[in-house]
Amino acid sequence: MAKTLIRRMKDLPSTHLFGSGTPMCAGCGGLESLHQIYEILGPRTVFVNAAGCMTLLAIYPFTPFRGSWLYTAMASAPAGAQGIRDALDILLAQQRIGADEDLNVVVLTGDGSANGMGLSATSAAMERGLDFLYICYDNEGYGNTGQQFSAATPHGARTATSTGPHGFGGNKKDLFSIWAAHKPAYVATAIGAEPVDLARKVETAKQLKGPRLIITLAPCPPGWDFDPRDAADIGKLAVKTGIWPLKEYIDGKVVHSKIPHPRLPVEEYLKTQGRFNHLFQPQRDEALLAEIQDSVDRYWDGIAV
Amino acid sequence: MQPKLLTGNAAAAWGARLARVDYVPAFPITPQTEIIETLGRWIEGGQMPGRMVTLESEHSMITAAGAAAATGVRVFTATSSQGLLYGMEMIYTVAGWRAPFVLINVSRGLASPITLEPDHNDVLAARDSGFLQIHCATCQEVLDSVIMAYRIAEDPRVRLPIIVNLDGFYLSFTREPVEIPEPKSVADFLPAYDPESTRFRASSPNSQAVAVLGGAPYSYFRYESHLASLNALDVHAEVAGAFAQQFGRHYEAVEAYRCEDAEIVFLMIGSFATKAKAAVDRLRDAGEPVGLVRPRLLRPLPAKELAQILAGKQAVAVIDQNISVGMGGMLHAELASALYGKANAPPILTSFIGGLGGRDISPEEFYEIAAITRKAAQSGVIPPARLLYTQEEYREVQKLQAIAHAERHEMGAE
Repeated sequence: MAKTLIRRMKDLPSTHLFGSGTPMCAGCGGLESLHQIYEILGPRTVFVNAAGCMTLLAIYPFTPFRGSWLYTAMASAPAGAQGIRDALDILLAQQRIGADEDLNVVVLTGDGSANGMGLSATSAAMERGLDFLYICYDNEGYGNTGQQFSAATPHGARTATSTGPHGFGGNKKDLFSIWAAHKPAYVATAIGAEPVDLARKVETAKQLKGPRLIITLAPCPPGWDFDPRDAADIGKLAVKTGIWPLKEYIDGKVVHSKIPHPRLPVEEYLKTQGRFNHLFQPQRDEALLAEIQDSVDRYWDGIAV
Repeated sequence: MQPKLLTGNAAAAWGARLARVDYVPAFPITPQTEIIETLGRWIEGGQMPGRMVTLESEHSMITAAGAAAATGVRVFTATSSQGLLYGMEMIYTVAGWRAPFVLINVSRGLASPITLEPDHNDVLAARDSGFLQIHCATCQEVLDSVIMAYRIAEDPRVRLPIIVNLDGFYLSFTREPVEIPEPKSVADFLPAYDPESTRFRASSPNSQAVAVLGGAPYSYFRYESHLASLNALDVHAEVAGAFAQQFGRHYEAVEAYRCEDAEIVFLMIGSFATKAKAAVDRLRDAGEPVGLVRPRLLRPLPAKELAQILAGKQAVAVIDQNISVGMGGMLHAELASALYGKANAPPILTSFIGGLGGRDISPEEFYEIAAITRKAAQSGVIPPARLLYTQEEYREVQKLQAIAHAERHEMGAE
């Protein structure tokens, strides 16, 4: 079992390793979590990126990373991680490089790649036991193209391709469970608005070998339609209302790292975002609100506290 | 050294083994699978070092190949047909990484309809990607080309990945006598790969394959790849010279067979060119001054050599084992653009499409192609492109259609 040293805010590193001046949107929840993750991972990393918002982090000749970066394509970042990991292992085994030249291989993708066309490559990387860390920043839609719905879009949300009176008709894919079903070394959900929880999870993942995957919910001002200054509050509400459970899969068990108690009504979270406006305006959509609350309640009813 | 009987696939595997490849990302597909089975057996049996990993698709396989090459190891991979197309996004992508590796393509016709037998639409779909392309006609050439390919691709003037192509079935599963060079002489010819700055190391952070904004940097890097590919013309000549010195076998970028005094020349790539060669010999026996030109290197296109070899010829019959639907034969168009406006260029280019999906091209068809082309040279009138097909083949297809209709009728569909 991995030991974590971070217990409270004071313990968080503040090296500001990650550079500023990226073209990410103001209030980007994905960038907020990446900042924190990078502080813990450090520069001895190579980020393997799939097409998404974060592809624009490294634009020639600039990069916010002190370490390395490889952009692949939308569907195959885990395969890129496989190639780098294998090559480094070969170089280490042949003593063509020393251990001091080794790198942590980190896949960085959005929810579109993670839930959709990249899922096959991710599944295969887990099945092969690839020693890598996967960071998925989940802004619940194809954000880089203007927030069309993805398989990670929550039920009822308005997106550029679900503009009807009831929003998105589908349900958010349970990527955590899909990943955990592969029995990898580690899976976690996290969010930048809960820095200590996020840091502890990255710390844990860093100490383990094998496939390790973290999904961070990424409140998205343009995609979810809210003021950038509210990003952290909305992130906290996602946890307090129970719609974004913070949990870990480790040693074969799922453990919740934070159980919201008392759990706030989910509409406290929904009403902060324009994408759910149609649930409140011009009149309350009681049926849909009840449906969303019910699905949150049913989730937590199934959790032994 | 005694030659051994090897299939084209085994020859490809031997090429990889002798090139001391570090890493083999793999995915099975007919008719390529024997290559990765052979390498897997050798690696597991300890006969060759290296690591093989089976990915879940060709798209991932080519990604892993490019990523490992970009980390600084020597990479070999192989595919065919649908697999090459499934990975096509990454074929273009990894070419831009400028990380050299060798990819064997065992040619097979593309769906639809689905088939296992060869033509060149698969490999020609990668024509504009940035990968270099070498097209082989014999099993010996497959082995030798893999070894040469590493030296060309890894040359600092080039730094591009390279496809070595062999035809499914006709080469992949056909045993021919192949001389397997001594590992020591291959090591002398092909030194260890030096990735220079194309690598990932903790002490030297590196951002590879980053985005660009705007057309100017984009065009710059695209042009750079193009110019690097053109450098491969000189590099190929140097490498072929060094290879001949070391192993006694010489490979020109363009093979010219009995061309010096030829009036009419066949132009073909791949293993079917050996059929054309036999037809040239028969036609020569009958007093016809016919020759064969076989571009071995297709990317970069050795346009200058082609123009030189073909200067003064009366006519060229281009036999395309591919079809650009709605246009015709791709090599015909490539040759036309290579020759247009060149001094002494042959005035007549005829176009024939044949050998699709493994369809044979018979000696009689080569004789007919020569006759049609000679007539065009005499009359100055270029006939329309011909799709090779015999009456007997047409009757066979009509029979299949009759069965299909009868079956449908039986099922009560009509």
